[in-house]
Amino acid sequence: MTTLTKNKIKDSFLEIIAKATSENFSEIKQQAVEFLQKEGLPAAKAEEYKFTPLSKKLESLTNLTSATQINLSAEAVKSELIPDLEVDYLVFNNGNFDKELSSYTEKNYSVKSFKSLSEEETTKIGSIAKVSKDPFTALNTAFFQDGIYIHIAKGKVVERPILILNFNQANNGQVISPRIYVQGESNAEATFIEKVISLNDEAYFLNGVTEVKVGENAHLNYYKIQNESTTAIEANNFVSDVHRDATFTSVTLSLKGDMIRNNLSLNLLDSGCEGNMYGLYLLDGKTHVDNHTNVDHTMPHADSNELYKGILAEKSRGVFNGKIFVRQDAQKTNAFQQNNNILLSDDAIINTKPQLEIWADDVKCSHGCTTGQLDEEALFYLQARGIGKDQAKGLLLYAFAGEIMDHIKIDAFKEYCITLVQERLGKL
Amino acid sequence: MLSIKNLHASIEGTPILKGINLEIKAGEVHAIMGPNGSGKSTLASVLAGREEYEVTEGEVLFNGQDLLDLSPEDRAREGVFLAFQYPVEIPGVSTTNFLRTAVNQVREYRGQEALDAVKFLSLMKEKMKLVEIDQKLMSRALNEGFSGGEKKRNEIFQMAMLEPSLSILDETDSGLDIDALRIVSNGVNQLKSPDNATIVVTHYQRLLDYIVPDYVHVLYKGKIVKSGSKELALELEEKGYDWIKEDVDSASV
Repeated sequence: MTTLTKNKIKDSFLEIIAKATSENFSEIKQQAVEFLQKEGLPAAKAEEYKFTPLSKKLESLTNLTSATQINLSAEAVKSELIPDLEVDYLVFNNGNFDKELSSYTEKNYSVKSFKSLSEEETTKIGSIAKVSKDPFTALNTAFFQDGIYIHIAKGKVVERPILILNFNQANNGQVISPRIYVQGESNAEATFIEKVISLNDEAYFLNGVTEVKVGENAHLNYYKIQNESTTAIEANNFVSDVHRDATFTSVTLSLKGDMIRNNLSLNLLDSGCEGNMYGLYLLDGKTHVDNHTNVDHTMPHADSNELYKGILAEKSRGVFNGKIFVRQDAQKTNAFQQNNNILLSDDAIINTKPQLEIWADDVKCSHGCTTGQLDEEALFYLQARGIGKDQAKGLLLYAFAGEIMDHIKIDAFKEYCITLVQERLGKL
Repeated sequence: MLSIKNLHASIEGTPILKGINLEIKAGEVHAIMGPNGSGKSTLASVLAGREEYEVTEGEVLFNGQDLLDLSPEDRAREGVFLAFQYPVEIPGVSTTNFLRTAVNQVREYRGQEALDAVKFLSLMKEKMKLVEIDQKLMSRALNEGFSGGEKKRNEIFQMAMLEPSLSILDETDSGLDIDALRIVSNGVNQLKSPDNATIVVTHYQRLLDYIVPDYVHVLYKGKIVKSGSKELALELEEKGYDWIKEDVDSASV
């Protein structure tokens, strides 16, 4: 039962509710609170969370309140930039936008703090990531304070990638609630890179929501690296509305954490749009990573491609749940989904589940999953040619994982990720 | 060069090799023949260091060094090469990248400088001619989607690149048509020198028309039951293995 969680949330809500009424977002915050009071957080047996007992995890935290700003140095921020890549960077300090530490040109786009949104802009927050869709989205909505609103005007191409640096340092499991809204107008193009950084080993609950509008014929990429402390608990809720002829691509690299749940939903709202979801998780220790993806094909002639790969060592656990929904109008849909895993130990676990719901009759949909061990025969073959065992293992694991890196279109960032992945593989 | 004494090996508790004795000197070609299940491939695997096999007795000295004590990679670096009966397909690793890693690790072990990209490519081009292997295969994933003949040629090509002193060809001829067999044998023959030795494990005498052995050994029930010159292979071709089996089986009763 989740009563404990419910009660705790209720208590901290009293404070939040009082605050919410005085803010711009009082309406959606009120909705969120009501939703949570009614539904609570997912119970242990809730289908969507049965392999990832986030609620139970949160019950063990002693301080379920909102985290406050911390002292962050400009050097600490700079040390997280990507070598050989010029970026604009936006800093989140324990879930709140830190304008002072950010550095951005706003060339061909604009950034606004939630404190300075117009009335119209305000109404957009929560219009894509709806409170009623997921309890953690509701929780973020109740908790968030200062997020960022990024606007890319019609036909504008943002040349520098926009790097979002998410710095986290909480005490005893405080809640950190970053919120991002991206409005990509028609023919806009931009690439986002998000890094989640733990500043120490204290547990926190990072519960972020990102909502992205990809306007007509716009092209947006969103790359994310989760390389956190082994006590970090994260729910990452990402929803994108993809409009006519637009393309949205996400690549998620999950390396470390305690329990990470990624909810990624793409709404393909019109013809000609394309949604791509790629992910790589390389886990050890007791790290638990759950990728829950959902792609909704609503109109004819839209494509979705999905590939998630995982390597799991020690007592780590991976969950993959890929839902593809093809509505009756969505004829000529192409939807492909694949999840492949390598388990390096007898104690590692993967739960993988494709979920296809198809209401149209002229579509191409495929899904598949594989789970295996490191190929001992291949390992011996490489060794028999003089390649040391560790290096041979690294070659084979990278051969498996590297495919995901090919979907990163910015060379310097791709190199950065390859280095991270190879370092990680060397330790698995 | 290689001295095998009373070698016993088993897999999952089942003894396969039951006392092999074999001496191989530099410059020699030894053929190991025998019916299916006699232990030919096991011998090749044990020499290369495959972990599933447990050596229960005996010793193998390679240039005076205890071979069984070395890891598979160190055996390769010391100069032992196994051409696999079933070369493994490795998706995601290009043949070029794999070979460069292998060649440079072997060179490093031998105290030689690593080859840069240019030198490596010119070495590769030179050796590719030996087995008439197509350049296109080099940029593809290792053995992935290669035909049977291409895989075997790739084995001999790797052998040419690594310049081993002892090559063990494990049924390299199996499944090859006569043209492929000729190309593969031709490659092996060109690599032969007074300083290196070759063990040819085969089921068919046909290969020995192309790679002419100095000695032929017949393996049966985990032991070498007969040794002779290349004429022994011809005799086996003509009469089959039954007469040898009978000899051995009646002697052991």
